[in-house]
Amino acid sequence: MKYAKYLLIGILFGIIMTKSEAISWFRIQEMFRFQSFHMFGIIGSALMFGVPMVIFMKRKHLNTIGGNPILFEDKKISVSRYLYGGILFGLGWALSGACPGPMFTLVGNGFSVILVSLGSAILGTFVYGLVRDKLPH
Amino acid sequence: MISILSQPWPWYVSGPLITFIMFLLLWTGGKFGVSSNLRSLCAIGGGGKYSDFFRFNWKNNVWNLVFVLGAVLGGFIASNYLQSPVLLTLSDATVSDLQELNVSFNGGLLPAEFFTWSGLMTVKGFLTIVVGGFLVGFGARWAGGCTSGHAISGLSNLQIPSLIAVIGFFIGGLMMTHFLLPLILK
Repeated sequence: MKYAKYLLIGILFGIIMTKSEAISWFRIQEMFRFQSFHMFGIIGSALMFGVPMVIFMKRKHLNTIGGNPILFEDKKISVSRYLYGGILFGLGWALSGACPGPMFTLVGNGFSVILVSLGSAILGTFVYGLVRDKLPH
Repeated sequence: MISILSQPWPWYVSGPLITFIMFLLLWTGGKFGVSSNLRSLCAIGGGGKYSDFFRFNWKNNVWNLVFVLGAVLGGFIASNYLQSPVLLTLSDATVSDLQELNVSFNGGLLPAEFFTWSGLMTVKGFLTIVVGGFLVGFGARWAGGCTSGHAISGLSNLQIPSLIAVIGFFIGGLMMTHFLLPLILK
Protein backbone atom coordinates (compact mmCIF):
# COMPACT_ATOMS: atom_id res chain seq x y z
CA MET A 1 0.00 0.00 0.00
CA LYS A 2 2.30 2.75 -1.21
CA TYR A 3 -0.55 5.24 -0.97
CA ALA A 4 -1.48 4.58 2.68
CA LYS A 5 1.11 7.04 3.97
CA TYR A 6 -0.36 9.86 1.87
CA LEU A 7 -3.79 9.10 3.29
CA LEU A 8 -2.40 9.40 6.82
CA ILE A 9 -0.54 12.65 6.03
CA GLY A 10 -3.76 13.98 4.49
CA ILE A 11 -5.76 13.04 7.58
CA LEU A 12 -3.27 14.92 9.76
CA PHE A 13 -3.49 17.90 7.39
CA GLY A 14 -7.31 17.89 7.55
CA ILE A 15 -7.22 17.81 11.36
CA ILE A 16 -4.70 20.69 11.48
CA MET A 17 -6.75 22.79 9.04
CA THR A 18 -9.92 22.21 11.06
CA LYS A 19 -8.46 22.72 14.53
CA SER A 20 -6.54 25.85 13.43
CA GLU A 21 -9.86 27.23 12.06
CA ALA A 22 -8.04 28.14 8.83
CA ILE A 23 -10.99 26.57 6.98
CA SER A 24 -13.35 29.21 8.36
CA TRP A 25 -14.83 31.83 6.02
CA PHE A 26 -14.90 34.15 9.04
CA ARG A 27 -11.18 33.71 9.70
CA ILE A 28 -10.36 34.60 6.09
CA GLN A 29 -12.47 37.74 6.39
CA GLU A 30 -10.66 38.61 9.61
CA MET A 31 -7.33 38.15 7.80
CA PHE A 32 -8.22 40.37 4.84
CA ARG A 33 -9.43 43.02 7.30
CA PHE A 34 -6.18 42.78 9.32
CA GLN A 35 -8.25 42.39 12.49
CA SER A 36 -6.44 39.44 13.96
CA PHE A 37 -2.95 38.00 13.87
CA HIS A 38 -4.24 34.41 13.73
CA MET A 39 -3.94 33.62 9.98
CA PHE A 40 -0.74 35.65 9.61
CA GLY A 41 0.65 33.76 12.59
CA ILE A 42 -0.17 30.41 10.96
CA ILE A 43 1.41 31.27 7.60
CA GLY A 44 4.26 33.22 9.19
CA SER A 45 5.25 30.50 11.67
CA ALA A 46 4.96 27.85 8.94
CA LEU A 47 7.51 29.88 6.95
CA MET A 48 9.70 30.56 9.98
CA PHE A 49 10.26 26.82 10.12
CA GLY A 50 9.81 26.16 6.39
CA VAL A 51 12.55 28.45 5.07
CA PRO A 52 15.39 27.02 7.22
CA MET A 53 14.04 23.51 6.69
CA VAL A 54 14.25 23.79 2.89
CA ILE A 55 17.72 25.37 3.11
CA PHE A 56 18.82 22.49 5.34
CA MET A 57 17.28 19.82 3.11
CA LYS A 58 18.94 21.30 0.00
CA ARG A 59 22.33 21.55 1.71
CA LYS A 60 22.22 18.00 3.05
CA HIS A 61 20.94 16.55 -0.26
CA LEU A 62 18.43 14.47 1.64
CA ASN A 63 16.76 11.51 0.01
CA THR A 64 13.14 10.45 0.07
CA ILE A 65 12.18 7.25 1.90
CA GLY A 66 12.25 5.65 -1.57
CA GLY A 67 15.94 6.57 -1.90
CA ASN A 68 15.52 9.27 -4.56
CA PRO A 69 16.96 12.74 -4.07
CA ILE A 70 14.45 15.34 -2.86
CA LEU A 71 14.28 17.90 -5.66
CA PHE A 72 13.34 21.56 -5.35
CA GLU A 73 12.49 23.07 -8.71
CA ASP A 74 12.85 26.78 -9.32
CA LYS A 75 9.67 28.32 -10.69
CA LYS A 76 9.92 29.99 -14.09
CA ILE A 77 10.48 33.71 -13.73
CA SER A 78 7.65 35.90 -14.98
CA VAL A 79 5.36 38.51 -13.49
CA SER A 80 2.08 38.43 -15.40
CA ARG A 81 0.92 34.87 -14.74
CA TYR A 82 1.69 35.07 -11.03
CA LEU A 83 0.24 38.53 -10.57
CA TYR A 84 -2.94 38.21 -12.67
CA GLY A 85 -3.54 34.59 -11.69
CA GLY A 86 -2.82 35.49 -8.08
CA ILE A 87 -5.29 38.40 -8.14
CA LEU A 88 -8.07 36.18 -9.53
CA PHE A 89 -7.25 33.55 -6.94
CA GLY A 90 -7.32 36.17 -4.17
CA LEU A 91 -10.72 37.45 -5.34
CA GLY A 92 -12.02 33.89 -5.12
CA TRP A 93 -10.30 33.18 -1.79
CA ALA A 94 -11.95 36.17 -0.09
CA LEU A 95 -15.32 35.44 -1.71
CA SER A 96 -15.54 31.72 -1.01
CA GLY A 97 -13.49 32.00 2.20
CA ALA A 98 -11.54 28.90 1.27
CA CYS A 99 -8.59 27.88 -0.86
CA PRO A 100 -8.48 24.36 -2.34
CA GLY A 101 -7.12 22.51 0.75
CA PRO A 102 -9.78 23.89 3.11
CA MET A 103 -12.51 23.14 0.53
CA PHE A 104 -11.73 19.42 0.79
CA THR A 105 -11.57 19.60 4.59
CA LEU A 106 -14.85 21.53 4.83
CA VAL A 107 -16.61 18.70 2.99
CA GLY A 108 -15.30 16.32 5.68
CA ASN A 109 -16.61 18.74 8.30
CA GLY A 110 -20.08 18.04 6.95
CA PHE A 111 -20.54 21.08 4.70
CA SER A 112 -21.62 19.04 1.69
CA VAL A 113 -22.55 22.18 -0.28
CA ILE A 114 -18.82 22.91 -0.55
CA LEU A 115 -18.75 20.03 -3.06
CA VAL A 116 -20.35 22.60 -5.38
CA SER A 117 -17.43 25.01 -4.71
CA LEU A 118 -15.02 22.20 -5.52
CA GLY A 119 -16.91 21.31 -8.69
CA SER A 120 -16.83 24.97 -9.63
CA ALA A 121 -13.08 25.16 -8.91
CA ILE A 122 -12.57 22.13 -11.19
CA LEU A 123 -14.63 23.91 -13.85
CA GLY A 124 -12.46 27.02 -13.37
CA THR A 125 -9.34 24.91 -13.87
CA PHE A 126 -10.92 23.37 -16.99
CA VAL A 127 -11.81 26.77 -18.48
CA TYR A 128 -8.25 27.94 -17.76
CA GLY A 129 -7.02 24.95 -19.77
CA LEU A 130 -9.23 26.03 -22.69
CA VAL A 131 -8.15 29.67 -22.77
CA ARG A 132 -4.57 29.53 -21.43
CA ASP A 133 -3.01 30.15 -24.86
CA LYS A 134 -4.76 33.52 -24.98
CA LEU A 135 -3.62 34.62 -21.51
CA PRO A 136 -0.31 36.34 -20.65
CA HIS A 137 2.09 34.09 -18.77
CA MET B 1 -5.37 14.33 25.94
CA ILE B 2 -8.46 14.38 23.75
CA SER B 3 -9.83 17.33 25.69
CA ILE B 4 -6.63 19.33 25.06
CA LEU B 5 -6.62 18.42 21.35
CA SER B 6 -10.28 19.40 21.11
CA GLN B 7 -9.57 23.02 21.97
CA PRO B 8 -8.92 25.31 18.98
CA TRP B 9 -5.22 25.07 18.12
CA PRO B 10 -3.25 28.33 18.40
CA TRP B 11 -1.35 29.63 15.37
CA TYR B 12 2.05 28.78 16.84
CA VAL B 13 1.03 25.12 16.97
CA SER B 14 -0.80 24.99 13.63
CA GLY B 15 1.81 26.85 11.55
CA PRO B 16 4.80 24.62 12.43
CA LEU B 17 2.55 21.56 11.96
CA ILE B 18 1.85 22.73 8.40
CA THR B 19 5.63 22.86 7.87
CA PHE B 20 5.71 19.30 9.19
CA ILE B 21 3.10 18.28 6.57
CA MET B 22 5.31 19.85 3.87
CA PHE B 23 8.27 17.90 5.25
CA LEU B 24 6.36 14.61 5.30
CA LEU B 25 5.22 15.07 1.69
CA LEU B 26 8.75 15.93 0.49
CA TRP B 27 10.22 13.03 2.44
CA THR B 28 7.75 10.55 0.95
CA GLY B 29 8.46 11.76 -2.59
CA GLY B 30 5.57 14.17 -3.02
CA LYS B 31 5.25 17.90 -2.57
CA PHE B 32 2.83 20.22 -0.84
CA GLY B 33 0.46 21.75 -3.41
CA VAL B 34 -3.26 21.08 -3.32
CA SER B 35 -4.60 22.85 -6.41
CA SER B 36 -2.77 20.63 -8.92
CA ASN B 37 -5.31 17.96 -7.94
CA LEU B 38 -7.98 20.01 -9.71
CA ARG B 39 -5.98 19.66 -12.92
CA SER B 40 -5.62 15.91 -12.35
CA LEU B 41 -9.38 15.65 -11.86
CA CYS B 42 -9.92 17.50 -15.18
CA ALA B 43 -7.57 15.01 -16.87
CA ILE B 44 -9.33 12.02 -15.30
CA GLY B 45 -12.67 13.43 -16.46
CA GLY B 46 -11.49 13.47 -20.08
CA GLY B 47 -10.31 17.10 -20.27
CA GLY B 48 -7.54 15.98 -22.62
CA LYS B 49 -10.10 15.90 -25.45
CA TYR B 50 -10.43 19.66 -25.17
CA SER B 51 -6.98 20.94 -24.22
CA ASP B 52 -3.37 19.72 -24.29
CA PHE B 53 -3.13 21.10 -20.78
CA PHE B 54 -5.01 18.04 -19.54
CA ARG B 55 -2.99 15.55 -21.60
CA PHE B 56 -0.45 14.38 -19.06
CA ASN B 57 0.09 11.28 -17.03
CA TRP B 58 -2.18 11.98 -14.05
CA LYS B 59 -1.37 8.54 -12.66
CA ASN B 60 1.88 10.05 -11.34
CA ASN B 61 -0.26 12.34 -9.18
CA VAL B 62 -2.56 9.77 -7.63
CA TRP B 63 -0.61 10.13 -4.36
CA ASN B 64 -1.80 13.76 -4.17
CA LEU B 65 -5.44 12.77 -4.73
CA VAL B 66 -5.05 10.26 -1.89
CA PHE B 67 -3.63 13.11 0.22
CA VAL B 68 -6.72 15.30 -0.32
CA LEU B 69 -8.99 12.33 0.31
CA GLY B 70 -7.16 12.17 3.64
CA ALA B 71 -7.83 15.91 4.11
CA VAL B 72 -11.57 15.17 3.77
CA LEU B 73 -11.32 12.34 6.32
CA GLY B 74 -9.26 14.56 8.64
CA GLY B 75 -12.06 17.13 8.55
CA PHE B 76 -14.54 14.39 9.43
CA ILE B 77 -12.41 13.10 12.31
CA ALA B 78 -11.75 16.58 13.71
CA SER B 79 -15.40 17.60 13.58
CA ASN B 80 -16.71 14.34 15.08
CA TYR B 81 -14.07 13.22 17.57
CA LEU B 82 -12.16 16.44 18.35
CA GLN B 83 -15.16 18.71 18.40
CA SER B 84 -14.32 22.07 19.90
CA PRO B 85 -16.07 22.71 23.24
CA VAL B 86 -16.01 26.46 22.58
CA LEU B 87 -17.28 28.69 19.81
CA LEU B 88 -14.88 30.23 17.32
CA THR B 89 -13.61 33.51 18.77
CA LEU B 90 -13.68 36.02 15.99
CA SER B 91 -12.34 39.52 16.58
CA ASP B 92 -15.05 41.97 17.64
CA ALA B 93 -14.10 44.32 14.81
CA THR B 94 -14.76 41.59 12.21
CA VAL B 95 -18.05 40.64 13.86
CA SER B 96 -19.31 44.22 13.67
CA ASP B 97 -17.94 44.80 10.13
CA LEU B 98 -19.77 41.70 8.94
CA GLN B 99 -22.92 42.69 10.79
CA GLU B 100 -22.98 45.85 8.70
CA LEU B 101 -22.92 43.60 5.64
CA ASN B 102 -25.86 41.60 7.04
CA VAL B 103 -23.71 38.56 7.80
CA SER B 104 -24.27 37.35 11.34
CA PHE B 105 -21.52 35.52 13.19
CA ASN B 106 -22.82 32.44 14.97
CA GLY B 107 -19.60 30.97 16.33
CA GLY B 108 -19.47 28.42 13.52
CA LEU B 109 -16.99 28.05 10.66
CA LEU B 110 -19.18 29.44 7.85
CA PRO B 111 -22.02 31.97 7.64
CA ALA B 112 -25.17 29.93 8.12
CA GLU B 113 -27.22 32.24 5.89
CA PHE B 114 -25.81 31.19 2.55
CA PHE B 115 -23.39 28.27 2.90
CA THR B 116 -26.20 25.71 2.67
CA TRP B 117 -27.95 23.86 -0.15
CA SER B 118 -30.94 26.20 0.09
CA GLY B 119 -28.60 29.19 0.31
CA LEU B 120 -27.02 28.08 -2.96
CA MET B 121 -30.16 29.25 -4.75
CA THR B 122 -29.77 32.80 -3.42
CA VAL B 123 -27.62 35.45 -5.11
CA LYS B 124 -25.21 35.59 -2.14
CA GLY B 125 -24.93 31.82 -1.97
CA PHE B 126 -24.40 31.46 -5.72
CA LEU B 127 -21.69 34.13 -5.77
CA THR B 128 -19.77 32.89 -2.72
CA ILE B 129 -20.05 29.17 -3.44
CA VAL B 130 -20.08 28.94 -7.24
CA VAL B 131 -18.34 32.10 -8.50
CA GLY B 132 -15.86 32.03 -5.60
CA GLY B 133 -14.97 28.42 -6.35
CA PHE B 134 -14.55 29.13 -10.06
CA LEU B 135 -12.15 32.04 -9.41
CA VAL B 136 -10.13 29.90 -7.01
CA GLY B 137 -9.76 27.12 -9.60
CA PHE B 138 -9.03 29.41 -12.55
CA GLY B 139 -6.71 31.73 -10.63
CA ALA B 140 -4.76 28.94 -8.94
CA ARG B 141 -3.94 27.29 -12.24
CA TRP B 142 -3.08 30.55 -13.99
CA ALA B 143 -0.78 31.46 -11.09
CA GLY B 144 0.59 27.92 -11.04
CA GLY B 145 -0.38 27.21 -7.44
CA CYS B 146 -2.52 28.13 -4.47
CA THR B 147 -1.86 28.90 -0.82
CA SER B 148 -0.07 25.60 -0.21
CA GLY B 149 2.00 25.61 -3.41
CA HIS B 150 3.00 29.29 -3.39
CA ALA B 151 2.53 30.76 0.11
CA ILE B 152 3.96 27.73 1.94
CA SER B 153 6.06 25.60 -0.44
CA GLY B 154 7.19 28.36 -2.82
CA LEU B 155 8.00 30.97 -0.16
CA SER B 156 9.80 28.34 1.95
CA ASN B 157 11.98 27.77 -1.12
CA LEU B 158 12.46 31.57 -1.48
CA GLN B 159 10.86 31.68 -4.91
CA ILE B 160 10.30 35.21 -6.24
CA PRO B 161 7.42 34.02 -8.48
CA SER B 162 5.65 32.71 -5.37
CA LEU B 163 6.13 36.07 -3.67
CA ILE B 164 4.53 37.78 -6.68
CA ALA B 165 1.66 35.26 -6.55
CA VAL B 166 1.11 35.84 -2.81
CA ILE B 167 1.11 39.62 -3.38
CA GLY B 168 -1.51 38.93 -6.06
CA PHE B 169 -3.55 36.82 -3.60
CA PHE B 170 -3.63 39.80 -1.24
CA ILE B 171 -4.42 42.39 -3.93
CA GLY B 172 -7.36 40.24 -5.03
CA GLY B 173 -8.44 39.39 -1.50
CA LEU B 174 -8.34 43.01 -0.35
CA MET B 175 -10.25 44.19 -3.44
CA MET B 176 -12.93 41.56 -2.82
CA THR B 177 -13.17 42.18 0.93
CA HIS B 178 -13.20 45.98 0.88
CA PHE B 179 -14.83 46.90 -2.45
CA LEU B 180 -16.79 44.01 -3.92
CA LEU B 181 -18.14 42.10 -0.90
CA PRO B 182 -19.97 45.21 0.41
CA LEU B 183 -21.76 45.40 -2.95
CA ILE B 184 -22.50 41.68 -3.01
CA LEU B 185 -23.60 41.17 0.57
CA LYS B 186 -25.49 44.34 1.39
